[in-house]
Amino acid sequence: MSKFNLYLYLLICFPLVSLAQNKVTGKVTDSKKHPLAGVNIAIRGTYDGATTATDGTFSFTTSASGDQIISASFTGYQPMELKANVSASEPINIILKNNINALRVVTISAGSFEASDDKKGTVLKPLDIVTTAGAGADIVNAIKTLPGAQQTNDREGLFVRGGTGYETQTLIDGMLVRNPFSTSLPDIPGRGRFSPFLFKGTTFSSGGYSAQYGQALSSALILESTDLPTRSSSSLGLSVIGVNGGVDKLTKDKKTSYGVEADYTNLAPYFNVVKPKQTPSLGPEIIGTSANFRRKTSSTGMLKFYGYGNWTKMGFNSNSLEYPGYMESFKVHNNNVYTNLTYRESIGHDWHLYAGASFSINTDNIHTDTLLKNPAPTLIKVRSTLSQSKLMLYKNLGSFSVVRFGGEYQYAIENSSFNEKTANYVDNYTAAFAEGDIYITPSLVGRLGGRAEYSSILAKMNFAPRVSLAYKFDNYSQFSLAYGDYYQKPEPQYLRFNNYLGYMKATHYIASFQRISNSYTFRTEVFYKKYKDLVKTVPSYNNNGDGYAKGIEVFWRDRKTFKNVDYWISYSYLDTKRDYLNYPFRVQPDFAANHTASIVYKHYLSKISTNLGLTYTFATGRPYYDPNLPVDKFMSEKTMTYNAVGVSASYLTNIRKAFTIFVLSVSNALGNKQVFGYHYSTDGLRRNEITPNVPRFIYLGMFMNFGIDRRQDVLNNL
Amino acid sequence: MKRLFLAFLFTGSMATAAMAQSAQYMDAMTKQTADLDSSSTFTPDHLLEKGNTFERIANAEQSQWLPYYYAAYMQVMQGFMLKDKSQLDPLMDRAEVNLDKAESLSPKNSEIACIRSLVATARLTVDPMTRGQMYGAEAAKQLQQAKEYNPENPRIYMLQGQSLLFTPEQWGGSKSGAKTALELALTKFAAFKPESNIAPHWGEPYTRMLLAKASN
Repeated sequence: MSKFNLYLYLLICFPLVSLAQNKVTGKVTDSKKHPLAGVNIAIRGTYDGATTATDGTFSFTTSASGDQIISASFTGYQPMELKANVSASEPINIILKNNINALRVVTISAGSFEASDDKKGTVLKPLDIVTTAGAGADIVNAIKTLPGAQQTNDREGLFVRGGTGYETQTLIDGMLVRNPFSTSLPDIPGRGRFSPFLFKGTTFSSGGYSAQYGQALSSALILESTDLPTRSSSSLGLSVIGVNGGVDKLTKDKKTSYGVEADYTNLAPYFNVVKPKQTPSLGPEIIGTSANFRRKTSSTGMLKFYGYGNWTKMGFNSNSLEYPGYMESFKVHNNNVYTNLTYRESIGHDWHLYAGASFSINTDNIHTDTLLKNPAPTLIKVRSTLSQSKLMLYKNLGSFSVVRFGGEYQYAIENSSFNEKTANYVDNYTAAFAEGDIYITPSLVGRLGGRAEYSSILAKMNFAPRVSLAYKFDNYSQFSLAYGDYYQKPEPQYLRFNNYLGYMKATHYIASFQRISNSYTFRTEVFYKKYKDLVKTVPSYNNNGDGYAKGIEVFWRDRKTFKNVDYWISYSYLDTKRDYLNYPFRVQPDFAANHTASIVYKHYLSKISTNLGLTYTFATGRPYYDPNLPVDKFMSEKTMTYNAVGVSASYLTNIRKAFTIFVLSVSNALGNKQVFGYHYSTDGLRRNEITPNVPRFIYLGMFMNFGIDRRQDVLNNL
Repeated sequence: MKRLFLAFLFTGSMATAAMAQSAQYMDAMTKQTADLDSSSTFTPDHLLEKGNTFERIANAEQSQWLPYYYAAYMQVMQGFMLKDKSQLDPLMDRAEVNLDKAESLSPKNSEIACIRSLVATARLTVDPMTRGQMYGAEAAKQLQQAKEYNPENPRIYMLQGQSLLFTPEQWGGSKSGAKTALELALTKFAAFKPESNIAPHWGEPYTRMLLAKASN
């Protein structure tokens, strides 16, 4: 190559070499003029750039000249590009805007405790909700350690803010569960039917919930089932009360999974050693199975099926209160089937579809016998069947706002017979709802919605408006308000005999403040709830009952102050009175305590690979009815205060290839006496204390898992 | 003839220009990857700065997977050093954007899967109690994936050993298991020939350090 060519070549290839280096300087701040350190500054298309210093300034040299595109990018902020003349040696000032992510966006929170991995800033994680020593892996027992819930451990259900257990509805993937609790005996509450590990998210709403949910005066327990598992696995469990095993299979394309589980529980051997207050005459024996199927139908579509079957038999004999010296017998056979099918898909243009169907059937056959005194034993049969379908469409508006609307249809058959006498009814229930979560700014959101319902058995319609507002001050704190009307049909045992009853109604007013950081959570709520049209059974069935509930609740959780320790404390103050059923006037009902508190404590001892858990719950005495007192003293007496300490210890190890955990848990470890109320004989001369059937329950078990390491699950399950 | 000559000259210079740019790229990358095994690199400030530099190179080149890969590697290491864990997820989101770009340029890449495994591990550290199950499985899955793509990659066994060493025994960790994995990593390191002097070649001194820890 000639010399000329070499020059030409240099000129073409290195046009910049001959040009002077330019120095570029400037400063980056956020919108509040705070300097940002660590911002990546670059001239587009070149390697030239710099990282800003602690004071937000940057400085670098470049061979580029003239007008160039300068880009600035920083984690948590929106990237920014601007045109600037790099030859001008004028400082370039850049302002970056916050990236509005989930952490900074306000969410509707009044009344609800959400446990989910989806969103940050939730009060509890799914595993936390079952992390309660003494709760025995029961979702509802664990939720009773949260503010708003009562310690009514003599009957099943969640009693929330002066409401009865009937006023709480359980929903799985948006579908109602008609019988969420296993069958109970008088004064012995049934456990929740569903394992906490079926669910990736649990929301306990103690009021002010969305128009999507109806037929609950007080509270909604909203459970969201897990998606596809990450691996196939199988499990085996062995305990003093039974065995269980299961298989979960994930297909090769990782789009489908299916699984089956079975368990067998028999308490008879246990009760042979630890004598319960009432003598077992049948079982208790429980056979349970479940099956699930999940399929990712597309990148946005998900189909889920869950089916559950359970067969329980149990019976007890107890000393007759009415006829001293005689025994009374109570036996129940229960069959329960629940199935749930849901489908979600995005249908384009920011529209989404949700469709669900469920079917359940529950049968209780109850034999009671008050030997000799009654001419014949009594046979009570109760069967309820519920078919349900629900359709919802929702559309995202902008980044955060969303509108939802949909409809729901339920077909319920309620059969019952008392010896030969039958009382049956059928209800067609339809509902429509519409709701919008409107973000005025990312830190201010309003929710406006309404629900209309029609029940054929009541032949009445209702319309329930719901409004909430939430405002976030900073990344951690927010303030919320909620108002709403809630309607519910009277319980089947009243509707069976009287079709002229109407809806019961509650109106909620809630104000709440919460502050959530990584290591602690503080939350407080005040509420006022007004009851109207409650069912009265005296003088005849009517809707003339009413009442109120008001109170204040506090929750504190700390995961940092003490090493390896996580604890939470909740306190509820409740002032409630109601006139319902056979009450002569408004009184504090027998399921409500004025003060309730819980402390849940977890400590991990790594040296001996053991987890210790401790839960203390306290509640002031509840009113009870003493027939010997004059009417104006109705429900004026109160039981002793309630104290319970649950402890658990678990040891983790490996047996061959299986992750294994040994568990010991004791409910009411200190053996505190617990009296929930009194039964009086008809003449009022004798009374029985209502106490737990077994004052202290000791559980010893072993779980093995092959495949996924689920020991953490089991550990948190105590 | 003259036209032909000019045309020839023009194509020639274009090719040289590409090579020249590539020389600039090689230069910058060689400089930036030289000290990846030096402990002085592993301070939060250095990692941030290096991550930014790799990102600038990546965005200027756009057709090279390595700078995206290194940017993500720097970001994930920075993530492990963060004191305020609330900053971690956004940083990992950014690292994953870089990994996605790297992967679209170089699919089924064992090295990229290794960094993905590290990202999952970093996310786990935010809240091991509740995130352990999901991200622990994800980290293991990515290493498995990395092994499928290239079982000769020593960094797979290094990360496996690291995870076994730092996981408490009752959660499935094992010192002897870590030792075996790390020793395997060292033999793989001895046999490993990086494709170029800017291709991933980090990790051997760190493996030796881990092995010393696992052995006592």
